Amino acid sequence: MSVPARRIRWSAVLDHSILIIGSLIMILPVVMLVQMASTTDLHTTKFGPGWVFGDQLPVNFEKAMFKADGFSGENTGLRMLYNSMILGFGFAIGKIVIGMMAAYAIVYFRLKFATLAFWVIFTTLLLPLEVRILPSYEIVQKLGMLNTYQGLIIPLIASATATFFFRQYFRSIPEELVEAARIDGAGPIKFFIDILVPLSRTMIAAMFIIMFVYGWNQYLWPTMITTDEGMYTLVRGIKQITQTLEGTNLPEYGRSNLLAIIAILPPVLIVIFFQSWFVKGLTESDK
Amino acid sequence: MAQVKLNAVRKTYPNGFEAVKPASFDITDGEFVVLVGPSGCGKSTMLRMIAGLEDISEGELYIGETVVNNVDPADRDIAMVFQNYALYPHMTVRKNIGYGLKNRKIPSTEIDAKVAEAANMLNLNDYLDRKPSQLSGGQRQRVAMGRAIVRDPALFLFDEPLSNLDAKLRNQMRIEIKALQRRLGVTAVYVTHDQVEAMTMADRIIVMNGGVIEQIGTPSEVYHSPASTFVASFMGAPPMNLFDGHANGTEVHVGETPLHRHTHQGKVTVGIRPEDIVPDVTGPLAINVNIIEELGAHRLLHGHTADQAVTIHVAKDFPAVTGPMTASLKPDAVSLFDSETGHRL
Ligand SMILES: Nc1ncnc2c1ncn2[C@@H]1O[C@H](COP(=O)(O)OP(=O)(O)OP(=O)(O)O)[C@@H](O)[C@H]1O
Ligand SMILES: [Mg+2]
Repeated sequence: MSVPARRIRWSAVLDHSILIIGSLIMILPVVMLVQMASTTDLHTTKFGPGWVFGDQLPVNFEKAMFKADGFSGENTGLRMLYNSMILGFGFAIGKIVIGMMAAYAIVYFRLKFATLAFWVIFTTLLLPLEVRILPSYEIVQKLGMLNTYQGLIIPLIASATATFFFRQYFRSIPEELVEAARIDGAGPIKFFIDILVPLSRTMIAAMFIIMFVYGWNQYLWPTMITTDEGMYTLVRGIKQITQTLEGTNLPEYGRSNLLAIIAILPPVLIVIFFQSWFVKGLTESDK
Repeated sequence: MAQVKLNAVRKTYPNGFEAVKPASFDITDGEFVVLVGPSGCGKSTMLRMIAGLEDISEGELYIGETVVNNVDPADRDIAMVFQNYALYPHMTVRKNIGYGLKNRKIPSTEIDAKVAEAANMLNLNDYLDRKPSQLSGGQRQRVAMGRAIVRDPALFLFDEPLSNLDAKLRNQMRIEIKALQRRLGVTAVYVTHDQVEAMTMADRIIVMNGGVIEQIGTPSEVYHSPASTFVASFMGAPPMNLFDGHANGTEVHVGETPLHRHTHQGKVTVGIRPEDIVPDVTGPLAINVNIIEELGAHRLLHGHTADQAVTIHVAKDFPAVTGPMTASLKPDAVSLFDSETGHRL
């Protein structure tokens, strides 16, 4: 009896090759980051990025987290991490709260121009921050919110994306559930808190991931709004360090690359931990 | 407990569609009323107006002694069971049942006691800490019932509560719901399009068609003296035989056969229930049988008489064969309808 030879499925081989090549391309810069963060600045200046890993990670970590430059000495890595966290959480939570409430009003209340209002909100997708950055800056400045967390967060949180997703989600919740709650004596606020919020929890988690990463990676807006070194976020602060490279001192490759690693970690961790929720939120309907 | 009274209640939807034409009827305290009719006839609309989920366009609705047209559903002292159960998916059975009480600021010890009592009554004790998604259809239906009975309402409203269950469970739940309603003595309005449910559960049936109430009566009245050809053909499976007949002032004929004595003159529609036609070798009615339908407990013979379709219901031991046969009618078997309007004569 002969065992039939296992056939090689060329399409699978092709698929996997594409995926492997893609992964390598994605991972190479990260490897370079780690490599440069693990050697001395002198080594990197002499040889550039390479495959030799050094033992300087703890030293560079110490510098990245606690060393400050500039006049005030406030822009340590720790401080920037803290600012980034505030921006990420404030941005995500703000967008979710505003988006949910807007969607709630549009879907469940018989407003005269609900559909129109929705489409007006929706068209703001065509006007991202970059397009309206000057007027936005002017408003924040006139309100005296430059160099504040409010100024950093509030102008960004009105969100067509979140409103849209929550609207679609709410519309898929059966009408009878709303009516049952009405008969059970749940008013609008109770219905929102007792029924709608818990039902939307997977959706909220999915939104949270997207928005947190989005907020964390903001660059242009924080650069404009924060001139005070104590208010720098990681993403903009790293830029500041690489800008001071032109002096006579050795460029601080180790420190800036380690900061970059720190900057990519929280979004990665959040995505990894919430991944199952994320998929659930966008696909499953548990109603 | 309460009586319900509708006075010329009418519903026009915002798009101008008149779903319920002005309807008036009374429901007495403790009565089980079934609203039945084909899909789209306005049953749910009627029920939802009583519940307060839909505005009443015209007319007055009384629950107890007061007009409740503008009273919020939560304050009408009603409980409603929906077709798809409408349980809160994220709450346990216990929380689902108790939610309405919690919103009424009832102390939690009292809520626990009431939930336990309802769970006992409905055999839900083992499931109190499960989520609705972990229950079978029948169990979910029971939870929905539990949510209704803990509230101790004056009026139960049901919108096709059994139509998502399989036939066997439906028969069982039908009896359970009816027994529960009897025991609690609560007035109930029950919507269904299943005429068997209507016949078996109702104290009184309201038959609707196209937004109009066709007939209100006990199951036996509706079955034996249908008020219109619509009711005659809607209630009963198989439906009543309807023949084109002719009345000459003394007798009513179908084809050449005189079937009934009546003083009407002109064209009429003659209605006869399938079980009121009995095989009889000396009978006046000549029938040509085409198809025999075997139903176990009995048989249905489908055929023609005077070129018009006819169905006869016979006992299982009747030796049925296809081909010509003769039959006679039971006394008082004939219902006569105006052939123009369809109304009973
Ligand atoms: N919001 C609405 N706007 C306009 N017309 C409506 C609305 N809701 C229902 N209708 C119409 O009113 C009529 C009655 O609807 P209803 O839901 O009361 O029917 P039903 O008797 O309960 O039918 P089914 O047995 O299918 O549930 C239907 O013709 C329906 O199309
Ligand atoms: Mg309906």
